[in-house]
Formats: sequence, C-alpha cells, structure tokens
Amino acid sequence: MSLFIPSQVRSDIPLLHREVHDRPIVYLDSAATALTPRIVIESMSRYYETYHSNVHRAVYVTAAEATDAYEEARVAVGRFINAAHPADEIIFTHGTTEAFNLLAKSWGRANLTSSDAIVLTEMEHHANLVPWFQLRDEIGFEIRFLRVTDDYRLDLSTLNELLTGAKLLSVTGMSNVLGTINPVAELAAAAHRHGALIAVDGAQSVAHGVTNVQGLDIDFLAFGAHKMLGPTGIGALWVRRELLASMPPFLGGGGMIADVSLDGFSAASGLSKYEAGTPPIAEAVGFATAVHYLESLGMEAIAAYESQLTSSLLTGLATNFADRIRVIGPTTMEARGSVVSFDVDGVHPHDVAQVLDQFGVCVRPGHHCAKPLMKRFGLAATARASFGPYSDQSDIDTLMIALEDAVRLFA
Amino acid sequence: MSNLEDLYREIILDHYRNPRNRGELVTPPAHKTEGFNPLCGDEITVFIQVEGDTLVDIKIAGHGCSISQSSASLMSAAVKGKSLEEVRATINTFKQLMTVHEATLDNEAEPEPVNLRALGELAALQGVVKFPVRIKCATLSWNTLTQGLDEL
Ligand SMILES: Cc1ncc(COP(=O)(O)O)c(C=O)c1O
Repeated sequence: MSLFIPSQVRSDIPLLHREVHDRPIVYLDSAATALTPRIVIESMSRYYETYHSNVHRAVYVTAAEATDAYEEARVAVGRFINAAHPADEIIFTHGTTEAFNLLAKSWGRANLTSSDAIVLTEMEHHANLVPWFQLRDEIGFEIRFLRVTDDYRLDLSTLNELLTGAKLLSVTGMSNVLGTINPVAELAAAAHRHGALIAVDGAQSVAHGVTNVQGLDIDFLAFGAHKMLGPTGIGALWVRRELLASMPPFLGGGGMIADVSLDGFSAASGLSKYEAGTPPIAEAVGFATAVHYLESLGMEAIAAYESQLTSSLLTGLATNFADRIRVIGPTTMEARGSVVSFDVDGVHPHDVAQVLDQFGVCVRPGHHCAKPLMKRFGLAATARASFGPYSDQSDIDTLMIALEDAVRLFA
Repeated sequence: MSNLEDLYREIILDHYRNPRNRGELVTPPAHKTEGFNPLCGDEITVFIQVEGDTLVDIKIAGHGCSISQSSASLMSAAVKGKSLEEVRATINTFKQLMTVHEATLDNEAEPEPVNLRALGELAALQGVVKFPVRIKCATLSWNTLTQGLDEL
C-alpha cells in the first residue's frame, strides 16, 4: 500500500528547510541529483557510528554486520528492479557512468570484435556514448545510431535495419534532456529477435516509475543511487545472471581475486570479481534505505504524482509564455517523464538560471551531457527543470514568477 | 534584487542585444582564434587584423550567454584601432578586474586598485566578480584574443 503524501515527503527532506537568498529553496534539479531524506542520511550515520568496518574477510562483530548490511543492500536494490536473482545480479559501481564503463570494458571487450556492430541512440547521455567510443577506438567495431524525430521520439523506422547483425542495443529508458520515455519492452523484443542483447540506461527512469527488468525482458540495467534519493558515490549494473559468465573482471586489485602469486592472479567467482577494492559501504547502506523509502511511497504513486506536476508545468509554460518559451521535448504526458527542458527566446539558459537563482529556484542550464542531442536540435544548451516526489505546485508557481522576471529583464 | 542589477547593468544588456563588431574577417590577412567554455557550451571566434603595430580590425562570431557576448562586444570596441601595446595593457587591466574578488577571498594583500577610468565602459563588467561562476563567461573572449595575439 502506498504511503505517499507529498507534504510528508517534503518534510522528510532536511535540505528543503533551508533558504537561499533569503527565500525558501525551490529545488527543480532532481534529474541532476535528487534530495536525500533524513532516514537515508541517518542510516549512513548509523553505519559510521555503530558498525563502521570493512566488508569481507573479518570475523569480528562489526565487520560481520557491515558485510551483512552490504549484501542486504545488494538484495534490496535487486528486488527494487525485480531482478530474478537479486543477490547474484547486482554489481555495485560508483554510479551509472561506471556501470557503463564496466559493461563496455568487461562485456564489450570480451564479446565485440572489429567486425561487430552495436546500436546506440542520438539521445544518449555521454555516459552511454563515450565508453563505447573508447572501446571502438581500441578494437574497432561499428557504432550505429537510432535518430531522434522532430517530435522528440526515437525514430523506430530504422530499428530493424540497424539491429541487423548488431550484438548490442544500448538505450536510455528516459532522456535526461527531453523527458521522453522510450519503449524499452518493444526495443528489447526487437533486439532479441535479431540476436542482440539490450542494455538500458536507467539513471532517470528508475527513479520515477516502476522498473521490472524481467517484465521488460532486458539484459543489463545501469543506474545510480543519487537520483533515487540515495547518496552520491554508488550505483549498480544489473546483469541477467546467465550473462555473467561472458563478463571477465573489470578493475583489478583486492577483493576481486581468488588467488595471487608472483606469477599472476586468478579472479574471484561471483560478483566480487567486478568489485575490486573497498566498496562504498556506507553508500550501499544509504542506497538500500533509499529504495525502501521509495517502495514505501510506491513507485506508481510517485509516477502519477510527478506526471501531474509535469503536466501542470507544461500547461503553465504554454499559458504564460506561449510565444517566449519553447519546450524541448514532448508537450503531452504520453510516454513522458518529469524532466522539462526549455528554451527562452532571446535569453541564454545561463542567464535564465542566474535570474531564477535570485528567487531561490534551482534549475540547470547547459548541454546536460548530451551534446549530440543538443546538436540535433541546433541548441548549445537548454534550461532544465525536473521534479522529485518532494516537489509540489508551489515550486511551479515560484518558477513562473521567476521566469516572468527573466523574460522582463531581457525583453 | 540589487545583486542581479550589479551583474546585468544596462550597458551589458545593450551590448548583448546590439553586439558591436559582430561578424567575420577574411583569413588571411586576418587571424582567427576559437575559444570554448566546455562547461556551458559557449563558443567564441575572434578575428583580428593587425597592420604594423596596430590592431586595425576585430570581429566576433559565436554564441553564448549575455555575459560572454557582451564582454566580447565591449572588448572589441575597447581594442579596435589600438596599438598592440595598448591592447595588451587593456587585457591586463581587465584580467585584474576579474581577479580582484578571488584575491580578496584568499585574504591576500590588498590588490592593486584597478584603474576603472582606464577601462571606460568595460568597468560595467565589474559586477561579474560577485558571481564567481560567471567569471569564466566574461573572460572567454579575452583569453581567446590573448591566444590570437600570441599566435601572431
Ligand atoms: C540518462 C543519464 N545517464 C547517465 C547519467 C550519469 O550518471 P552519473 O553521473 O551519476 O554517473 C545521468 C546523470 O547525469 C543521466 O541522466
């Protein structure tokens, strides 16, 4: 049962109680990082205060507690995305970016050759582009791109052609610029029909709706805690268990070995072979608390609430700024999430954000680490507002007032 | 909102709306230098034409925020037709204006007072130092010009 009461969530977030420029903060940058509820912070403090120890290979009480908490976090995160084997399919990373680097450098290097091809899309975050470019530059395979249509959707008309002979389709679940939600289940089915695997960038999508990796029938999912009300510094790559056999270790060091001698090493079995070094333990604890918190609110309830807010924002922009502000992304709520990029005619996004800051309003200007997508729409940057479950109508109201001011200043 | 007015002075908004010396020069004889601010995606191209010891013409192309665009426009107006020595002196004074704030923050010795009168209209950019994130916007065109002069 959902316990989602927006005002309650709001009061759970300590940072929302602060002021900036003598005004209450209006946080509209959850797509960059979401704010942290008190219980998440407290769970990490509790680790540091009562059982801070390293994981694995120790017999004393606090080390055992830390190890249990770390492994329980793996299960909690796996369950959150409905992994079939939550204890065996979640590799903890430092975030979404590292998850993609792991995927490229482990699975990619072991499974791609110069005669292969993979398919990416024009709306990807650099995290799902650069690791593939790096690997391509090293071993030389072909990278094909699904393009984006004028109405901000993936152009699926070329999907079958692009997937022919491809080994992987790697695509974002939800664009961090456009807010577009991609038809992942349909893409997964198409990839599998062509004998390709599918990896999904869940950085945005996982935080704003139900994720069911079995239902979607995908193979890899990369995501990070800090956009899910969790701490920075931890994320995960979920891998369908059968595929782990095709993935050699990633980083080398302590924790990932079975044996080391002066002749060399052999890798550990299981997930530890991908987790060299001391992992982010406190962060894993916080990550688990965050997913439990999200579950207690109910992902469906969050999605419905944020959809309502997004709809209100889109309506507000259209009503108040019809001829001054253009939304860069779908303007209806169909297959659309709570990220809203916009272009204010004659006002650079940097200046928009600067004026908004005076009202305590936090939005992000820039290319949002999606330069090919910016280029596609002939933009250098956009301003972007995005919601979390703690956002509310008052945030939108203040944004509107602040935007009026920006427009007036540069008129 | 007095702060914002410090940043967005009327002169700055004017140069943003009506940029001076916008355009391109034929290269050669002109020299072309590109500058980028990877953080915000601002791009500026500075064309300079030097004859003997004089910067006879300058044109600015590219795009960016009001601060980077107006700073480029103000710069072009300030250096056009000046001797290279005067251009370098103006660049130095401007850079000094942009670093005052950091020096004060670091609690270093009182910085040399900047000769605001020598800066003329450029002094309008002094409010930028109160917005440290934007200093890079203001200095982009200046760094690009400096690079261009060094390349001559
Ligand atoms: C769609 C998408 N992918 C990947 C990332 C990278 O996440 P991180 O920087 O946390 O590794 C982000 C966030 O910036 C994102 O929005």
